[in-house]
Amino acid sequence: MSEHNVSASVPTKKPDADESARVEKAASERRKGGFLSGAAGRNVGLVVALLLLCVVGFVTGGERFASVSNLMTILSLGSILGVLAIGMTFVITTGGIDLSVGSVVGLASVWATTLATQSYGWVVMVICALAVGVGAGLINGLIIAYGRVVAFIATLAMLVAARGLAELIAQKRTQIVDVPAFNDIFRGNLLGVPKIVWIFAIVAVLGWFLFNRTTFGRRTVAVGGNPEAARLAGIKVKRHLMYVYALSGLTAGIAAVMFLARTSAGSSTNGLLIELDAIAAVVVGGTLLVGGRGTIVGTVLGVLIFTTLTNVFIINNVDSSVQQIAKGAIIVGAVLLQQRLSRRTT
Amino acid sequence: MVSADPTQPLLQMQGIVKVFPGARALDGVDLEVLPGEVHCLLGQNGAGKSTLIKVLAGAHQPTEGQILLDGEPISISDPVAALRHGVATMYQELDVVDGLTVAENVYLGHELATLGFSQRREAVRQTRAILQRLGHSEISPNMEVEHLSAAGKQIVSMARALSHDARVIIMDEPSAVLDSEEVGNLFRVVKELTKAGVAVVYISHRLEEIREIGDRITVLKDGRTVAQNLAVSETPTQKLITLMTGRSVEYVFPVTDGVRADAPVVLDVAGLSLRGVFEDVSFQVRAGEIVGLAGLVGAGRSEIIETVYGARRATAGAVTVDSRKLRAGSVASAVDAGIGLAPEERKSQGLLLDEPVYRNVTLSTFARFARFGFLDEAAERKAATEQSESLELRPAGVDRAIRTLSGGNQQKAMLARWLVHGCRVLLLDEPTRGVDVGARAEIYALIRRLADEGAAVVVVSSEIPEVLGLADRVLVVSEGRVVHEGPSSSIDEHQVLDMVMEGSVA
Repeated sequence: MSEHNVSASVPTKKPDADESARVEKAASERRKGGFLSGAAGRNVGLVVALLLLCVVGFVTGGERFASVSNLMTILSLGSILGVLAIGMTFVITTGGIDLSVGSVVGLASVWATTLATQSYGWVVMVICALAVGVGAGLINGLIIAYGRVVAFIATLAMLVAARGLAELIAQKRTQIVDVPAFNDIFRGNLLGVPKIVWIFAIVAVLGWFLFNRTTFGRRTVAVGGNPEAARLAGIKVKRHLMYVYALSGLTAGIAAVMFLARTSAGSSTNGLLIELDAIAAVVVGGTLLVGGRGTIVGTVLGVLIFTTLTNVFIINNVDSSVQQIAKGAIIVGAVLLQQRLSRRTT
Repeated sequence: MVSADPTQPLLQMQGIVKVFPGARALDGVDLEVLPGEVHCLLGQNGAGKSTLIKVLAGAHQPTEGQILLDGEPISISDPVAALRHGVATMYQELDVVDGLTVAENVYLGHELATLGFSQRREAVRQTRAILQRLGHSEISPNMEVEHLSAAGKQIVSMARALSHDARVIIMDEPSAVLDSEEVGNLFRVVKELTKAGVAVVYISHRLEEIREIGDRITVLKDGRTVAQNLAVSETPTQKLITLMTGRSVEYVFPVTDGVRADAPVVLDVAGLSLRGVFEDVSFQVRAGEIVGLAGLVGAGRSEIIETVYGARRATAGAVTVDSRKLRAGSVASAVDAGIGLAPEERKSQGLLLDEPVYRNVTLSTFARFARFGFLDEAAERKAATEQSESLELRPAGVDRAIRTLSGGNQQKAMLARWLVHGCRVLLLDEPTRGVDVGARAEIYALIRRLADEGAAVVVVSSEIPEVLGLADRVLVVSEGRVVHEGPSSSIDEHQVLDMVMEGSVA
């Protein structure tokens, strides 16, 4: 009788205990597995790569590498690229690409430095640069989302056209920034750090929030991960794609302001081919080119790896042609590694 | 050709089992094909015909069982191996490349070449010969395939199978896109082939065709062979239908008290049309009612509910939810009005496979939980957890990637999405596809519960017993038209099959 009681009471309680134990175990396994195979794990790999680069830099360059002033050099070198890469992360997460950002930087920097624009002062210059960027991005987005043109082609057309328009406006001359207030505000350091590095930091933090903590970021991942599922769930896929390209254009506008701060000159050659470095940094950072998975932290690390690498090469007087070969090899290596990882998780 | 003993089986499949994650697509299939015969494969949608073909063609590897050719066990590890063994397949979905010419398509994958230089003239000459044999000398081997009609593409696909010197040719619904004259041509070619000793495995829904051309029949049901080597001339149609429909697995459907007559109409579809797909579809669904759409694949069932949902833009007609008219072609408007769709292809149309369960559940509602655009993931998790607990989602926990769940539990997550949304109308397209038999009863009970809680439900299914068992009212769809509407209790499976195969049942 007592035996019967025991066996009767056990089944009623045991499933709960079993269940919670199983859930707990699964959760801890996920945490462990997630550490190595998830986004965090990939970022750890990037951090290790960056540290290795720093060791190489220190061994070969010594004090010339490991100094505060060189750190600031690296950071300001990477700032403009970094801002563009943040916008590019959103675009690539949707499964798209934006080849036009470099040209749009050139166009915005030229438009913001015409004599007419400069005559209105620094506020109008900045607004002009940002508006040109957003406008170009909106045109990209309209053509891609509503015109159903492949992003590669639509932004390639913008790449060519924006550079041409910039040449037309500047008449192939360099336009010097002659607004003291602009230079006062954007040039030089703040708390010992170049102001363009501050801009990069702010854009990166805002980008991280936008990507990870807002409905905008969630939509970006959903649209890239499975556009049909997103559409059937009621998400306005086309409208969102347009916003994402406009965002990328906005980062190009910001980058144009940073260019003006660094060089004090609006030129149609500003930002030439920088879109390729931005795409490379995003991909090395772990954002999937097929869309659906992106990481802002990875992108920032990808930017730092690229700029540190360039810096180490320069310190060691490596020929710039060799630098390019090395960069190419790194991009291929990173993508191969990325494919391995994504195959393992699926 | 090969002069084999006509009484010795050319091809045998024994105890073939194919297990996919979460589903047993084939569960013991036997097939025996003689040289020079037309062997017909019959079975309802989902009986396993397509999977069986893919196993033969080398696209799938069987989990168990063996394949024998001339009595020798062979392994078909990939499509090239299948062709090497002389097994050629004409797929139902046309598998031709539009941008290539007819000859290039015919020799795709086995191009005639010397030292890497393609012998185009020879390929063109041989293609012309094959097309002549097929009775289609009007098709030029140099024509680009995209300029051909669907029937023309079918011919190219057949020419490709012939170019392989095949001993066994599998034809998956070859007549589906052909008109009657072309079907005549097809039959003539089939007879020629069999005279030369080639075996043809012929799959068709049209029983009349099987009567005309077939020699023997094998019937599949629920992934099993239920009857083998029936002589076509001696088997009555009624027996075939019984074999195809008789259930080995009894589905358990929840009981219902019927819909109250005064229940308000929630969904009103009036004169809905999508040009070239379906015409003038009208029906109403009351709160608490389940309406089923039955019909063959391609009859327009899925297209009807996708158009109701706004995923396709209707060319005529209107959809009204609670007397609020929806904007045509706008999913957002449908979702706002309280319609939810669980699509047919759950993985490609419904889910973000790498994302956690809770984000899939809140895919339609995350903006509602957010404040000023900032996500409230804690609230999302809580809502998703509540629904997945009430639906008994297994394994519990909403943070794992949805890819790791079984088909039945993925379907529950889809339902949970619309429960969180608070849907008035649920459109369910093949709700038990890829769901194993044990979990089906659970899904059925769930759907009934949602209806009892006041939702208007529309269910589309290829499995007629499922529609009849689950729905209060049934609409039978055939070739884009509603051919019957009535209570599900007043019609049985045979009558529905008669209607959808109209004219085919002798």
